[in-house]
Amino acid sequence: MPQFYGIEVSSRLLLGTARYPSPAVLAEAVRRSGTDIVTVSLRRETAGGRAGGAFFELIRELGVRVLPNTAGCHSVAEAVVTAKMAREVFAGNWIKLEVIGHHDTLQPDVFGLVEAARILVGEGFAVFPYTTDDLVVAERLLEAGCQVLMPWCAPIGSAMGPQNIPALRAMRAHFPDVPLIVDAGIGRPSHAAAVMELGYDAVLLNTAVAGAVDPASMAAAFAAAIEAGNAAHHAGMLEPRDMAVPSTPVIGKAVFS
Amino acid sequence: MKLTVNGEDHDLAADTLAELLALLDYEGDWLATAVNGEIVHRDDRASHRLIESDRVEILSPMQGG
Repeated sequence: MPQFYGIEVSSRLLLGTARYPSPAVLAEAVRRSGTDIVTVSLRRETAGGRAGGAFFELIRELGVRVLPNTAGCHSVAEAVVTAKMAREVFAGNWIKLEVIGHHDTLQPDVFGLVEAARILVGEGFAVFPYTTDDLVVAERLLEAGCQVLMPWCAPIGSAMGPQNIPALRAMRAHFPDVPLIVDAGIGRPSHAAAVMELGYDAVLLNTAVAGAVDPASMAAAFAAAIEAGNAAHHAGMLEPRDMAVPSTPVIGKAVFS
Repeated sequence: MKLTVNGEDHDLAADTLAELLALLDYEGDWLATAVNGEIVHRDDRASHRLIESDRVEILSPMQGG
């Protein structure tokens, strides 16, 4: 199983906790997914409010590792302070680093991302950067001290699935020893299986599960697809060819005329 | 003293961040605080003095992707 910053995980599925119809459905989806890492955020608490406490308790009861994010941060300074606040709340140094560069596409600001990653690594964080499939940016993130990369495969929440398979394949080939997690854009289990077949280490999902009619069953479906894709990658797949190749032996076929 | 707390204007008599939290009925070990864009750690809230026009953020764990 893959290791992220020295921690071996028992599932190749990382699950977001947003947009479920209820806390109970979220809890069931986490259980059925088999994940041991969930993403969470930090948001403003209302005066006298206990919403954060109730959610925190729910996550604690699930017994999973927490990967807090800096979702919605559009500047390096915002992302860095959010990461520090998350470290205090969750008492861990993992951070899913998002520095958003565009309101509509939620595309990462890769320049700010590299800068924020460098600062946070210097502060002792284990940074999981939400990035694009750009190899040069990936190099810079590794130079900044990231030991995991999380490329998108399509815009966040779009459910479009992998838009650039050759780029994802190139990323896998260029960084054979870096844990790679596809984060964002997956809509269906077949999308997850497709990126796992490329040799990716894991997939991070949220909307595809939370937005399903039956999120818990969809979580289980994704878990199966991710395992299938990973097993297929290791089993060695055929390359496509132009012509038919008979699967039944030709030798020994009877001749009747 | 005029303060901005989570984006809303307040006029409060709070000398420190800890007093502000108590006045506004914030409690819980899951809260994280920042003043003027800098984190103020839990242990520093009682000694962190507020001044006019400070911008305070009080955050809590929430659902996220």
